[in-house]
Amino acid sequence: MDKLKIATENDLKSDIPEFRSGDTVAIGVTVREGNRTRIQMYEGVVIAISSGGGIDKTFTVRKISNGIGVERIFPLHSPNIDSIKVIKQGKVRRAKLYYLRDRKGKASRIKERL
Amino acid sequence: MAKTMLIGRKIGMTRIFNEIGRDIPVTVVTAGPCTVVQIKNEKNDGYSGIQIGFENKKDKHTTKPSAGHFKKAGAENKRYLKEFVPENGDEYSIGDKITVDSFEVGDDVDVRGTSKGKGFAGVMKRHGFSGGRKTHGKNSVMRAGGSVGASASPSRIFPGMKMPGRMGGNTVCTKNLTIVRIDSDNNQLFIKGAVPGGKNGVLFITK
Repeated sequence: MDKLKIATENDLKSDIPEFRSGDTVAIGVTVREGNRTRIQMYEGVVIAISSGGGIDKTFTVRKISNGIGVERIFPLHSPNIDSIKVIKQGKVRRAKLYYLRDRKGKASRIKERL
Repeated sequence: MAKTMLIGRKIGMTRIFNEIGRDIPVTVVTAGPCTVVQIKNEKNDGYSGIQIGFENKKDKHTTKPSAGHFKKAGAENKRYLKEFVPENGDEYSIGDKITVDSFEVGDDVDVRGTSKGKGFAGVMKRHGFSGGRKTHGKNSVMRAGGSVGASASPSRIFPGMKMPGRMGGNTVCTKNLTIVRIDSDNNQLFIKGAVPGGKNGVLFITK
């Protein structure tokens, strides 16, 4: 096996739920304010999951915040991710949903996978 | 003068997370264990130094003179030999093993290696020239270096003029990189940032 993957094996999380591009997820992000920490929720559509494997894997979540599109890239195994909850499973035909950036309102809806 | 030195091989780059969840880019290096093969002293060699060896090789790949050198030290045949001048030479004796445990998390190290060869490179890649214009009627100067000097006087090109040529494959030293993790079981160092050369490249790590 890849020596790099072995080197960071113990840093990987094991409790990550399965999700795909097109799914709507709610992510609990740890926010540090001085010594205090709190959990902030961030909810949106997964538009890309990086091809990086192991600890380098990341995913991009897009949401519309006050009419402005916001995208955040999260390292999947980051300790700052407190929780990942799959809210809705979307039915999409491609892995990278970058076309959503050009769509607004009704056109940016994603069909639900049942 | 170095406190200690290790010879290693680059495995590659990845990331780890620190205690507050920050993402740190790291290069993973298998380093050591290195055996002290020879101790040079003022009397015999004119200078003092420690010679260490890294990675074993088979007898059939070892020349007879070097086999004798290793036999004298009671060490196995080593593929790579390197010397360094320690601050305190008395700490070492022949046959000693230097491992990653001689480093500590938080140490600043210098990493020396051979940079990736880029072949015959132009001035833009090799010297950071800005090239020529794309518009205003220019068509063949986009990556050109421009003038290399004046005319009949001095009617030559000054030495050291930056021109295209072989790039990379040089010995490069990256200084003051921090060690962020040590894995003694697998002889691995996790060094923050990038180090010279490609994967499996040989590296000299000094503290």
